[in-house]
Amino acid sequence: MSIRLSTGGRLIDRTQTLSFTFNGVRYQGYQGDTLASALLANGQTLLGRSFKYHRPRGVVTSGAEEPNALMNLGTGARFEPNQRATTTRLFAGLEARSQNHWPSLKYDVGALNSALSPLFSAGFYYKTFIHPRPFWKHIFEPVIRQSAGLGAAPTQGDPDTYEHYYATVDVLVVGGGVAGLAAAREAVAAGARVLVLEQGEAWGGRALVDGGDIDGHAPDLWAAQTVAELAQEGAQMRLRTMAAGVYDHGYVLAYERIADHTPGDGRPRHRLWRIRAGQVVTATGAIERPLSFAGNDTPGVMLASAVRDYLSLYGVACGERTVVVTNNDDGYRTALALVEAGCEVPAVLDARPDHDSDLVQQARAAGLRLLFDTGVKKVEGGAHIQRVIAAPMSGNGPSETIACDCLAMSGGWSPVVHLWSHCGGKLLWDDARAMFKPDLTRPPLGAQGQGFVVPGGAASGALLAHEALEDGANAGRDAVRALGLSPASTPLAQVNAQTDETPLRPVWIMPNGADYALRSKAFLDFQNDVKVSDVQLAAQEGFESVEHTKRYTTLGMATDQGKLSNINGLAILADALGKPIPQVGTTTFRPPYTPISMGAIAGEARDELFKPTRKTPMDAWHDDNGAQWEPVSDWRRPYTYTRSGESMDQAVTREILNTRQNVGLLDASTLGKILVKGPDAGAFLDLIYTNMMSTLRPGRCRYGLMCTENGFLFDDGVVVRLNEDTYLCHTTSGGSDRVHAWMEEWLQTEWWDMKVYVANVTEQYARVAVVGPQARTVLERLGGMDVSREALPFMAFSDGTLGNIPARVHRISFSGELSYEIAIPASQGLAFWQACLRAGEDLGIQPYGTEALHVMRAEKGFIMIGDETDGTVIPQDLGLSWAISKKKDDFIGKRAMERSHLASPDRQQLVGLLTENPKTVLPDGAHAVEGGKLPGDAPRPIGFVTSTYFSPTLGRSIAMALVERGSRRMGETLAFNTAKDVWVRAKIVDPVFFDKEGARQNV
Amino acid sequence: MSDSTRMPLATITRAPSRGMITLRGDLDNLDLKVAASTVAGVDMVSTRQIAWGDGRGMAWMSPDEVLIFVPYDEVPSALDTFSKSLSSQHHMAVDVSDARACFVLDGAGVRDVLAKGTPVDLHSAVFAPGELRRTRLGQVACALWLRDETLAEVICFASVAEYVERWLDVAARPGAEVSYLS
Repeated sequence: MSIRLSTGGRLIDRTQTLSFTFNGVRYQGYQGDTLASALLANGQTLLGRSFKYHRPRGVVTSGAEEPNALMNLGTGARFEPNQRATTTRLFAGLEARSQNHWPSLKYDVGALNSALSPLFSAGFYYKTFIHPRPFWKHIFEPVIRQSAGLGAAPTQGDPDTYEHYYATVDVLVVGGGVAGLAAAREAVAAGARVLVLEQGEAWGGRALVDGGDIDGHAPDLWAAQTVAELAQEGAQMRLRTMAAGVYDHGYVLAYERIADHTPGDGRPRHRLWRIRAGQVVTATGAIERPLSFAGNDTPGVMLASAVRDYLSLYGVACGERTVVVTNNDDGYRTALALVEAGCEVPAVLDARPDHDSDLVQQARAAGLRLLFDTGVKKVEGGAHIQRVIAAPMSGNGPSETIACDCLAMSGGWSPVVHLWSHCGGKLLWDDARAMFKPDLTRPPLGAQGQGFVVPGGAASGALLAHEALEDGANAGRDAVRALGLSPASTPLAQVNAQTDETPLRPVWIMPNGADYALRSKAFLDFQNDVKVSDVQLAAQEGFESVEHTKRYTTLGMATDQGKLSNINGLAILADALGKPIPQVGTTTFRPPYTPISMGAIAGEARDELFKPTRKTPMDAWHDDNGAQWEPVSDWRRPYTYTRSGESMDQAVTREILNTRQNVGLLDASTLGKILVKGPDAGAFLDLIYTNMMSTLRPGRCRYGLMCTENGFLFDDGVVVRLNEDTYLCHTTSGGSDRVHAWMEEWLQTEWWDMKVYVANVTEQYARVAVVGPQARTVLERLGGMDVSREALPFMAFSDGTLGNIPARVHRISFSGELSYEIAIPASQGLAFWQACLRAGEDLGIQPYGTEALHVMRAEKGFIMIGDETDGTVIPQDLGLSWAISKKKDDFIGKRAMERSHLASPDRQQLVGLLTENPKTVLPDGAHAVEGGKLPGDAPRPIGFVTSTYFSPTLGRSIAMALVERGSRRMGETLAFNTAKDVWVRAKIVDPVFFDKEGARQNV
Repeated sequence: MSDSTRMPLATITRAPSRGMITLRGDLDNLDLKVAASTVAGVDMVSTRQIAWGDGRGMAWMSPDEVLIFVPYDEVPSALDTFSKSLSSQHHMAVDVSDARACFVLDGAGVRDVLAKGTPVDLHSAVFAPGELRRTRLGQVACALWLRDETLAEVICFASVAEYVERWLDVAARPGAEVSYLS
């Protein structure tokens, strides 16, 4: 039974009691506790159940590597699953629930799986559920999904806020233990800009528990002094901030947990740091390995370092009688700490032969019973450990039963090499310490081929305290040297700690030669229930690659990503394959180091900031006048303006008829506008457009097409020539930025010798289209310019003022009606819009939206980029050959158009479609199919609908389609498949449905 | 529980209309330099710099582009000046006043507010008053600069002014202190 001792606990404040609940029961903890330490202090050792077998699980570790103590935290909108109790700071009112059990933590039906575990070996699902085939989708998968999974999914939106923060530093130090602090000291002394991140709640790392003394001070005091000095000298120090991933070019993501423990206080819950670092020092420490013996997953079996941490940091004894089992000297530190705290240690089981290092001598002096060459054969107990069966490591010989309520195990230490490895740092196998450590000769490389990550301290393999500090300082010096700075000659802090240790004995299964029954209860991955026997079975079945074995057995694939299981698992695999460990290698280390919240990744980009919406100067008016919004690239535009009681369809119909009969008003401000100026502007545009622009006379407009190098149409619009050397190119609403960038790219990279400047002036102007038979009257009433047929003919423009607002008036039409498009300064867009409404009030003027625009242009057979084009369509397909200049030597796309496929007469071509039933509107994208009637003649699609509407003007449906050899099929009837066995027949016609001669616009 | 002061990191206000002219040309050309600095009322700026004084100024935009600031009503006369004095050389001068929105951030936390949305290094050793960056804020393009240590400006496209204003308000809200650069 774990308990809180009356004294001790470096991180807790016993004067501040915090009340929290676990599975609905109220408990007390102290300020400074983690949820795990508080639960242990209350004797709660059964914290959850495992993924596959639903075996009872207790806390194993004291940190980020915890596989078992995963909790559902919070309720309602702040509910969050899979939170590690070991890294969750306790706060008043915290509500935690255990996971993966039914109906209760103590009595779990799923635990039946455990009794059946011989059936659930590696690859069980693959092997069992493969036949009969249809069963997988309809029976097996739904049932398996029901029983799998750990935490529950949240059901409500997240009420918290999150944010990003960009930082640029010379040296980023990851890890606030002695190695990290020593590295930071060096970097700061050399004059570098330094940021130090520590994932935990306190500076000092393991030295807080183990450190002996540093420069004559207790480690916590030394850490506090060093941190104060660093901050004084300008280093940025951040607790509760975990470096999650290292990426190319010294980019590091870090995850700051600001308000997890103060929910609802108005601060951002998490902050994602996006750091650009010249050099990254990874002083990320090491993680202790469990030992693999039967029953090592029983609650009460813990890492020896964790037992020591709970004792030293939180004043919690994980048991009253703790057996220690170890293959290295570090386990003795736990035994000694327990004895010193007054806890009972009935035995220390050391897998090594008798030896006499400093720590062993201290243990003997403390009167501890030491059993050498001895391991754990098995652990007994159900929901909690009751006894250990100790046996010789050889596996033969008499065993001994030792009653206990805690077993502290130490299998040696693995450097945390994750961040080193994320971006390609390579590893070396250290035989003496049985660990992978960074290969300093093969770091991750930056853009200049230089290493940009330097490991320091235990993360580099310098496991002992004095080694770690020196190694960290050296890492700091290496980092500043790599930046071209000179390390200052600061004296190294002196560590007084144990230096003489007996080497560890690599032990991957305990005892040697454990039989199948034992091996099938010796767990490697506690969360995913992967046992020694599973990995051995995988090897036996031919899985030689560690990556394949991982996926086959799910070893290391749980939320802890194998922090405890990785090395043990691959050692078992290596043994089974008869290969040395380094030859088998590790699986790939990928970010994030531990899971980070989706909220932090999204940052502030949620709700109204989810995505910027571009708004025109008349946006607010639209919103107040019934606009139903439609996204058009990043803009929002009115799709239609509904009046009360009106459906969207009715509104669109009204707007079209009114525009054709009276006059309509369109906000066309989103139209792209690129100014092109210079002596070579005409020559430049002749290359950009397929048709000739240099011959355009000032004061006139010309419709033009732009193609890519591959000949495909990508943007269109009207070009106007303002004067001899200046053009204004109109682009599609979605295309302005793209076309501007396209022009700049050609000017900067290919035609840099052309004297041309371009500028994107899209937003400088608001634009209003006044469209319909009464359009001229509206403008005449505004007054200020001659807009008559003679003064301003079709495809001309004129500068002047309308209603005292500076205006450029274009006679262009996208509807087939008499139409003026008027550009005014954006700041006066709304005033102009309202002036038009007033001037046209008695003429029946009404605004119309994008859908009316679309229908009217389709009635006229005008194409729309993105409807009639899809990136594979050339102008010729659309009947726009007239806009392809034959006189020009070159233009972008010209050569591609001569290729056989693009020049083929069999290409799909634009046609109009009239359905046999005029009321039937073809679905957009419907395919026409040919053949299939005779044996051996498979049906094949020959074309598809690109635009389709009910035309109020014509009182019938109309559509456009791209159809194979369409221009030669006039009058043919095609069948379009619109649903299973439903065919709509439509006749191929000219795509201009309305006013083909253009009489309406030429008035 | 919170240690926040309930004060925003900076107050955000939209600046009144400002005349802005994009001037492209050979920035080493003497005529252009004279015309630009005469209209802008400041010396010619060098790479990534902005000069500002009394409602006028000039900002470096690219190796062949500067942004000229003048009072809003003076744009036509300024354009006229450029047109006349640069008639003999290839250049472009165009009014972009209405295409832009400017925001003023006032407070000790201005650097931290901006650092939440821009990848620019805003450390005082690198980004001092007088430096301007064309970059992005959140998800949109912008230019930003410091008038002094507690006064920053953000220039963005007019169509996203609402987004930028809301973004700045959220980034500067009480409780969102970072205490890193500010």
